[in-house]
Amino acid sequence: MAIKTQPVTVNLGPQHPSTHGVFRMRVMFDGEEIVDVEPVFGYLHRGSEKLAEERTYTQIVTLTDRMDYVSSMLNNQAYILAVEKLAGIEPSPRGVWLRMIAAELQRIASHLVATGFLIQDLGALGTPLIYAMREREGILDLFEMLCGARITNSYLRPGGVFMDAPDEFWPALDRGLDDIVRTIDELETYLSGNEIIFSRTKGTAVLPPELLINASITGPMLRASGVDWDLRHRAPYDYYDKISFERKLHTASDNYARYWVRIQEARESVKIIKQCIEQIEPGPVRPSFDEVPRLIRPPAGDAYAAIEGSKGELGFYLVSDGSIAPYRMHVRASSLINLTLLRDMLIGGQFGDLFVTFGSVDLNMGEVDR
Amino acid sequence: MNQAFLDNSLWRNIYCVLAGDSAQCAAREYSPGMLPGGMEWLAFLLAAAAIVGLFVNGVLGGVIVLIWGERRLFGRFQSRTGPNRWGPFGTLTSVADAIKTMFKEDLVPAEADRILFNLAPILVAAPALMVFSVIPFGVGTYVADLNVGVLFIMAITSLTTLSVLTASWSSANRIAILSALRSVALLISYEIPMALAVVGVVMLAGSMSLGDIIQAQGVPFILVQPLGFFVFFLAAMAEMARAPFDLTEAESELAAGYLNDYASMKFGLFFLAEFMAEISTSAIITTLFLSGWRGFDFIPSHLWFGAKLIAVLFVIIWFRMTLPRLRIDQVLKFAWKGLFELTMINIVVTAILIAIWPQPTTTQLWYMVAINWPVAIVSIWGVSKLLGTPPYEQTQPDPNAPTYPVGSEEIPASSAYVAEVNKQASLQEGGD
Repeated sequence: MAIKTQPVTVNLGPQHPSTHGVFRMRVMFDGEEIVDVEPVFGYLHRGSEKLAEERTYTQIVTLTDRMDYVSSMLNNQAYILAVEKLAGIEPSPRGVWLRMIAAELQRIASHLVATGFLIQDLGALGTPLIYAMREREGILDLFEMLCGARITNSYLRPGGVFMDAPDEFWPALDRGLDDIVRTIDELETYLSGNEIIFSRTKGTAVLPPELLINASITGPMLRASGVDWDLRHRAPYDYYDKISFERKLHTASDNYARYWVRIQEARESVKIIKQCIEQIEPGPVRPSFDEVPRLIRPPAGDAYAAIEGSKGELGFYLVSDGSIAPYRMHVRASSLINLTLLRDMLIGGQFGDLFVTFGSVDLNMGEVDR
Repeated sequence: MNQAFLDNSLWRNIYCVLAGDSAQCAAREYSPGMLPGGMEWLAFLLAAAAIVGLFVNGVLGGVIVLIWGERRLFGRFQSRTGPNRWGPFGTLTSVADAIKTMFKEDLVPAEADRILFNLAPILVAAPALMVFSVIPFGVGTYVADLNVGVLFIMAITSLTTLSVLTASWSSANRIAILSALRSVALLISYEIPMALAVVGVVMLAGSMSLGDIIQAQGVPFILVQPLGFFVFFLAAMAEMARAPFDLTEAESELAAGYLNDYASMKFGLFFLAEFMAEISTSAIITTLFLSGWRGFDFIPSHLWFGAKLIAVLFVIIWFRMTLPRLRIDQVLKFAWKGLFELTMINIVVTAILIAIWPQPTTTQLWYMVAINWPVAIVSIWGVSKLLGTPPYEQTQPDPNAPTYPVGSEEIPASSAYVAEVNKQASLQEGGD
């Protein structure tokens, strides 16, 4: 028997507990099935790219912190790489190792946040989220030792980092890595085999790899579909060519695969940090001010540098006119580009899966709107 | 005077203290009563008012304690401290919350159906309280021992959904409507396994009166009826709309659903009703499956009941804290394909056992335990195999998977663009 039904349009967000900030969606649903989705964003637009045109190259580091505020070290790294490329700066080896350690710690923190919020979106009342956030606090404590700040770090400078790690950082880092491994084991024990989580995430929002590539989606979302694409391996930046790590792939390309890839990548990051600790050598953490002055005046031209961020390819495109501020800065924001296929993921799905799928993209509104 | 009231020690004590001279109380040494002779009707009314007042206030006090306890437990489960500011161990937090709730502005949406909108909170709170009237909290501590007590509970608890429907419809909110539809779907699906799960208990006790059911539990029915308990517990969680079945509120999807437009004490009544339902469900589970107030004689019956009630409440809170939410289709599938079958197995097995041992003694109840547990374990295992999600078939990544074209890593330098930039820069300098 065919039931005659009428689709209903509902506005979700920007004030909604699960929109990961201030995302807004106009959702049309028929019963529990989603018929149409119209994403609306821009509620957190702060004009970072325009502001960068008024600031010196060192000052812009603080702007990048505030883009994807759960992975500020990675933003710093991508921006600094672009500046170094633009101005032809040769970084100090110790600074590079330190920023790789910071970046990988940040990647773990970001993946923990993503996993915690995914389970939160699944309807758990905060417990897994708080367990994930507790471990992230430990990582933020390490950042506090490194640079005095926890979230908006501004730790990196053109040519390295602004300050060497204190002596007590290294034993704390060893303990922190053990804690991280233990937490990931714990999360995997309770989450990966959980029937409710598995039944709700398996086979939902499946995207074929061809579609993902056509939409230029990168990061864990892409690797969850079996595409072996990791910039740390394909186009090594910093000293990633001196590091061996495994690229974790899943084939299902559904919400569970995305969750699984993130958890496994956090494990791999721990291994990368351990290799960095082995290879780091004493020395200056950044070139002297004679080599790299505070006011950098890159020659006129442009440069693009990209890193494998926690959410995908994070790139900075800088145009210089020879002055102390960039003529133009553009960010290839992985959060924004990963949202491209939101409609393909949501339409035809269940209303209950809407925010789970949304959360599995792992977007950050600070980066989407910039 | 109805003899049933005088069998109830709570009624009898109040009534006979007031009207000690009456014929019913003569033998019980209450004479003389506080009221003059011939005023038994007044004594009856006053006793009724006193008992209802006692129960309502007792339940509301219990809710206040439960809200505090649940928050403290939430804190412990989430490795944080929980409320600890107002009063010792934060015990006054709920009181502060209640005061805050009462003093908030009472908003009514412009589009709302005002009569129904105001009626819904009352509709939700009244049945939640009425359930307590049949529950024996200790020896002789109950309002009424209905001979259809179980049926009464089933009927009253279903009323909650009606008020949810009223609330969502009257607030003219689409998200609320979705929440109400989910609530009705949950009710229709879970009422059936819930009722069928109690059938086994009723068959064993031979009565629908909660007092008789407690008397029949020489062995707690959680041991005799493991399947019945399993199904009843899950169905009761779904009826309460508690995690993992909290689809009607669904914080992360519907953002509280039907409660969206309620503020102030109207919201407070919904909140109270939710916690009252939690207490009443635990009390029903305690009565039906954990032998109610029965225990060793050296501890008063009320304490036994309280301890069992708190144990059940703890498990419910534990569930709520730990598990993510199911999707609506999975919830309905679970009810119709899982719990329904389990209750059928339970009824058939129990019927056969009753046919073998009608009016079972305690020893015969232990025989039933020995038979029912293997049946329960096997059938739950079978249903979980039937409904469980199969693992992934393919786990190895495909070596021929498509990938991005690997081309030049440098962005080609656009000399024309650089020239344009230089030109603009020189223009700016000239302008200065």
